[in-house]
Amino acid sequence: MGTFHDDLGPLHGITVVVDTKGPRVVVGRCHEITGKNVILHDVDVHEAGTDGVSKIEYLERAARIGTWVKHAHLSVSLDEVTSIQPLGDLAF
Amino acid sequence: MPYDPVLVQPMREELTVLGVHELTTAEEVEQYLADTSGTTLIIVNSVCGCAAGMARPGVRMALAHEKLPDRIATVFAGQDVEATAKARSYFADMPPSSPSLALFKDGEVVTFLPRHRIEGREAMDVAGDLVKAFEEHC
Repeated sequence: MGTFHDDLGPLHGITVVVDTKGPRVVVGRCHEITGKNVILHDVDVHEAGTDGVSKIEYLERAARIGTWVKHAHLSVSLDEVTSIQPLGDLAF
Repeated sequence: MPYDPVLVQPMREELTVLGVHELTTAEEVEQYLADTSGTTLIIVNSVCGCAAGMARPGVRMALAHEKLPDRIATVFAGQDVEATAKARSYFADMPPSSPSLALFKDGEVVTFLPRHRIEGREAMDVAGDLVKAFEEHC
């Protein structure tokens, strides 16, 4: 996808949505997907239902304008991940 | 830590050679955006290869369109820090993102292209989004 670090995978440098089995959805810039984790930079984490905002509502807004960074780095276990896709691919 | 200015200079020139006005201080940004009449495109340039590498060629293609904003300017994120912060203060509802593009009409943001809508795409796709906004608002 045009990054300088192809050895880190096609999503390296791309802002992705990491959805989980639970209420949590994570948006951040993908560094690397290892065999166990997805490692992200500049990360926002949303818990569905907090502030009365559902996952879909949160992602609609994120797709439109982006997200506010809450964590410089975050590692999410692939055991809890259901999907990883570029935020820019979301269409509402 | 900012990148070496020598490394960044060609990335600035990719836009300035097109006639894009470069704003390097907060004062310059304030003066430039004081005129809220008509349309203004602000380009938040950056070093990032996977996104800015498509943003700048996308802007170049879009600026070949017949309908254009009245004013077009750029700030460089990570380099001209105060200018970038001042520019972002005019679209403070949008999370900071670089590169990004904000089109103003009569002082209001009418189109915002954040980084995630630039990265991983082709320059012509970015240009297409810009041209669509120019057609609608300019």
